[in-house]
Amino acid sequence: MIFNEQAECLSRSGLGELQGKRLKELVGRVSACPGFYREKLAASGISTGSISSIEDIRKLPFTSKDDLREQYPFKMFSKKIGQIRELHVTSGTTGNPIVVGYSQEDIDLWAEVIARSLCCAGALPGDMIQVAYGYGLFTGGLGLHYGSLKLGLTVIPCSSGQTKRQLKILHDFKPRILACTPSYALYMAETAREMGISAAEDGWEIGIFGAEPWSQAMRKEIEQRWGMSAIDIYGLSEIIGPGVACECHYKKGLHIAADVFYPEVIDPKTLQPLAPGYPGELVLTPLTKTGMPLLRYRTRDIVSIDYSVCKCGRSSPRISKVLGRTDDMIVVRGINIFPSQIEEVLLAIEGTEPHYQLVVDRGRNGLDSLEVLVELKDSFFSDEIKYLQNFENRIAKEIESVLSVGVKVRLVEPKSIQRSEGKSKRIIDKRNI
Amino acid sequence: MKITQLSVFLENKKGRLYGAAQVLGEAGIDIKALTIAESEEFGVLRMVVDKPQEGLKALKEKGFVASITDIVAVEVGDHPGGLADVLKIFNDHDINLEYMYAFVEKNADNAIVVFRFDDPDKAIAVLSKNNIRVLGKKEIESL
Repeated sequence: MIFNEQAECLSRSGLGELQGKRLKELVGRVSACPGFYREKLAASGISTGSISSIEDIRKLPFTSKDDLREQYPFKMFSKKIGQIRELHVTSGTTGNPIVVGYSQEDIDLWAEVIARSLCCAGALPGDMIQVAYGYGLFTGGLGLHYGSLKLGLTVIPCSSGQTKRQLKILHDFKPRILACTPSYALYMAETAREMGISAAEDGWEIGIFGAEPWSQAMRKEIEQRWGMSAIDIYGLSEIIGPGVACECHYKKGLHIAADVFYPEVIDPKTLQPLAPGYPGELVLTPLTKTGMPLLRYRTRDIVSIDYSVCKCGRSSPRISKVLGRTDDMIVVRGINIFPSQIEEVLLAIEGTEPHYQLVVDRGRNGLDSLEVLVELKDSFFSDEIKYLQNFENRIAKEIESVLSVGVKVRLVEPKSIQRSEGKSKRIIDKRNI
Repeated sequence: MKITQLSVFLENKKGRLYGAAQVLGEAGIDIKALTIAESEEFGVLRMVVDKPQEGLKALKEKGFVASITDIVAVEVGDHPGGLADVLKIFNDHDINLEYMYAFVEKNADNAIVVFRFDDPDKAIAVLSKNNIRVLGKKEIESL
């Protein structure tokens, strides 16, 4: 079933026309309201008159994560805080996190694009869905929740964690659909096996997985272990959360809701647009959002784009699975992590520039682990093991309080972390994703 | 009458202990007694050597994390119950012992044991009062 045929099956020219009209309105909206974009657009002499088609988007400035951080907490909003219905907070590299605000129209839009994604994945009104994404400041849980209600599903708002209870619910309620991070789906498969639950008999038919990168190999493993169809969903809090794009059952790229989120793929160095099929940085412009409008937001995710009509009947363009990042962000158990966050913690503890390395691995149970290697300095050495172990634990606790993800800290000898051009190699990712 | 212990941080991987021993050997440092304490991922090599300051310098130059600590070397009767007699004194006087290890060599008929206390001065005072012989730096060097 296609949730919104009118929007999802537009002809290429019809889509372009709608996007152009919406872009003009967006420029009008941000120019009318005091703040970040009005000043920026005025400075470069851009007004609604500058926009006659969607191609004119190239006249507009880019927006970066740093821009959002600098406008903390509410300065990116184009409505008074009293007209913002919901706030979500995402982790930042250093200092302030990023706050995203949703107007009522934005929440309605969010529900709409998730409902489209759910249908795209194969959900039908009347199905039962187990939402095992975290509910809270993270956008996964509530996003899937709103969209499920919109489509007319029966929602079980499990949130993440309490795996045995999740599996009891699966066994007793028999929901058809699961939504969570792909690594959690694998972790649950392992726990199900230990509990003696038959994944093939009791398992969900459809899994909607996102919030972290995952490979085709991992898809195959999840599909085999659960006997389900595993679908990739994409999104980011800054744009709306999950629901920006989602695969259909053909799994040949993620259908992007391009009538409301205009996608560009650019060369991150030259900032010039790339031809369809070429991988580059995904830049998104939410055309209709009213709470926190964004122009040409640089996602730092590397994808390619395909404009051909899909066998499922949708003409909405498809982006590839995320192929990489233009920065050093890594995603561990659904949490975005920047090495600089760990660097800050170490700097605060040690008082000098730390030498450290992050080692990410995925255990046989499907769960990611993060190990932080820290080169020991003379001033923190002791002949007593317990002192050194306490030191490791202290670093781990401080990092955990910043990242909200468990880490193991290991002290290593000076100069033992491989350096390239004087700087330590910060990340070793062994997950093959 | 404290003596100096040299400690080195060693990652739990191949060749590290050898590396540290080699540095000390090349610097002409004589190891009198040693012990290794270990966690899952790393170890601390603790040694009594003839020239601890020179040993420290040599290790640091080669990039090791090392430090020196005050410890107390004590003569313990080399017979059953000899160690227990000394430990009883610490026990009776509430002296907190962090760790200990023994020399291979003897001083006449007595064994030598080194102790790491959080308060070495208090320990030395109590030992002296109980007529337990504490060895000085010179004696250790000449062993």
